[in-house]
Amino acid sequence: MFLLLPFDSLVVNLLGISLTVLFTLLLVFIIVPAVFGVSFGIRKVYMKTLLKIFQWATLRIERGAKEKNHPLYKPYVNGIIAKEPTSLEEEIKELRRSGSGRALDAPEFELSDIFYFCRKGIETIMDDEVTKRFSAEELESWNLLSRTNYNFQYISLRLTVLWGLGMLIRYCFLLPLRIALAFTGISLLVTGTTVVGYLPNGRCKEFLSKHVHLMCYRICVRALTAIITYHDRENRPRNGGICVANHTSPIDVIILASDGYYAMVGQIHGGLMGVIQRAMVKACPHVWFERSEVRDRHLVAKRLTEHVQDKSKLPILIFPEGTCINNTSVMMFKKGSFEIGATVYPVAIKYDPQFGDAFWNSSKYGMVTYLLRMMTSWAIVCSVWYLPPMTRQPEEDAVQFANRVKSAIARQGGLVDLLWDGGLKREKVKDTFKEEQQKLYSKMIVGNHEDRSRS
Amino acid sequence: AVSHSQITRLYSRFTSLDKGENGTLSREDFQRIPELAINPLGDRIINAFFSEGEDQVNFRGFMRTLAHFRPIEDNEKSKDQNGPEPLNSRSNKLHFAFRLYDLDKDDKISRDELLQVLRMMVGVNISDEQLGSIADRTIQEADQDGDSAISFAEFVKVLEKVDVEQKMSIRFLH
Repeated sequence: MFLLLPFDSLVVNLLGISLTVLFTLLLVFIIVPAVFGVSFGIRKVYMKTLLKIFQWATLRIERGAKEKNHPLYKPYVNGIIAKEPTSLEEEIKELRRSGSGRALDAPEFELSDIFYFCRKGIETIMDDEVTKRFSAEELESWNLLSRTNYNFQYISLRLTVLWGLGMLIRYCFLLPLRIALAFTGISLLVTGTTVVGYLPNGRCKEFLSKHVHLMCYRICVRALTAIITYHDRENRPRNGGICVANHTSPIDVIILASDGYYAMVGQIHGGLMGVIQRAMVKACPHVWFERSEVRDRHLVAKRLTEHVQDKSKLPILIFPEGTCINNTSVMMFKKGSFEIGATVYPVAIKYDPQFGDAFWNSSKYGMVTYLLRMMTSWAIVCSVWYLPPMTRQPEEDAVQFANRVKSAIARQGGLVDLLWDGGLKREKVKDTFKEEQQKLYSKMIVGNHEDRSRS
Repeated sequence: AVSHSQITRLYSRFTSLDKGENGTLSREDFQRIPELAINPLGDRIINAFFSEGEDQVNFRGFMRTLAHFRPIEDNEKSKDQNGPEPLNSRSNKLHFAFRLYDLDKDDKISRDELLQVLRMMVGVNISDEQLGSIADRTIQEADQDGDSAISFAEFVKVLEKVDVEQKMSIRFLH
């Protein structure tokens, strides 16, 4: 029958011991500090080491390229072509000025007008401001992930070995560790909030609920190896306010909620997400909507208003862009949250894509693939700035207020401030914009109100 | 000539527009660019990329059309008088614009064709009569052989003072 080799039991013993050691280490170095909100500083050291390695890798690639006498592909985030910031009117006037020597004040049509639209059109085909916001940012130096390398042919043997080693560490050590942590964090969240939900309403329940949430978000932060730097924490959102931030990924929620207490807003999902949402709302009032209710703008506004008017409830966390953008720009803020009349606490979140790009390209990757990519990156490094609170001034409407908040966030985070709607990721642009252009041009050929008919 | 890095960049752009990932672009791929979709002549410009009867354009065709917009370098002007005219010559740039007007490709801009382009550029803001008289005036001023249409030669003559080289050129930043 079986021949129980003498070292089988040895192997089993070793396995048992190493697993115990691993879990003890996990508990001591990661979970316990997460519960109490302290840090050993391991992640910062890790980050510094990685930076040094990346710099070395980039130098090696540059050297390899020089040896072969090829130019290196370097991505340029500021666009690849020169664009004039002049308006339609100025450009067409200039066209006409160079064409005929005639008086320019009279509105008329010239055959050369077409050059303006033609060149503008071709410029946008070569490089436009909107579509590049919906795909991951390109990096200037290589970070040892094959997903970001554009210069494969210049990798030397040493670099390949390093990359292989990196891949081994990421997939065989970091990934299982992170999955274990994530699992712990989520199950603690679900069980913790359910248990707290059974308590009678009161100060004790609120206190416990806040801390259960906080603890679990902190564990999740470590599950992603997120290294976050918070700035200006004195401006953190208070009860009765709305916290708005730019949106890059679902991880934004974890990042903000691990440093403050928030009430979440969103649509109820099915599956695991739904289980988590339903458990969370037992412990403290989050604002979840059914899918059918999401479309009803008045209902949404009413519920949000009720929430902010109750000063005992936590500040709401909202992402007014409505969709994930790649963290190089801030796109149009939907005005719904700015009409409610509560104090707005803007927050700017800027990720450093060198250690792992946090942008969720939802048309390319599903949620599970995305989370796996996050957990096999080196780390998620970001900075969070809490901006001073803003309220709507009497002379501005909701849209202007939203734009003001957006500009403040863009300025602080070093992001491009765009007026385009993030919804353009999936939908076509509205015809009204084209009609605006047509109207502007019509003025140039017939003037404002005169009827010019010459034969 | 276009530099290696410029070609790489344009290829990168081409692939990012190619949502179907089949190495060619369709008209829908172009229309997905919001700033192009709001350009009144957007559809005409997109058309310029596609050959007769085709509805896919590959990278070669893409580059060929974009080549019209390369700036004219001074040292190129005196080079190679015997070879074929480069795509970004003044004449070819003018021809590109001419083709935006000349829909049926008969080398003449008729009154109807001019009206069509005018209508695209002004939308609903100008009446038919006004637009008609604008078209008539334009043809009258340009027409020299009395056929009530604008030929390419007449087109070139009208625009002889316009700085076409600069207005129809796009410069790379690097």
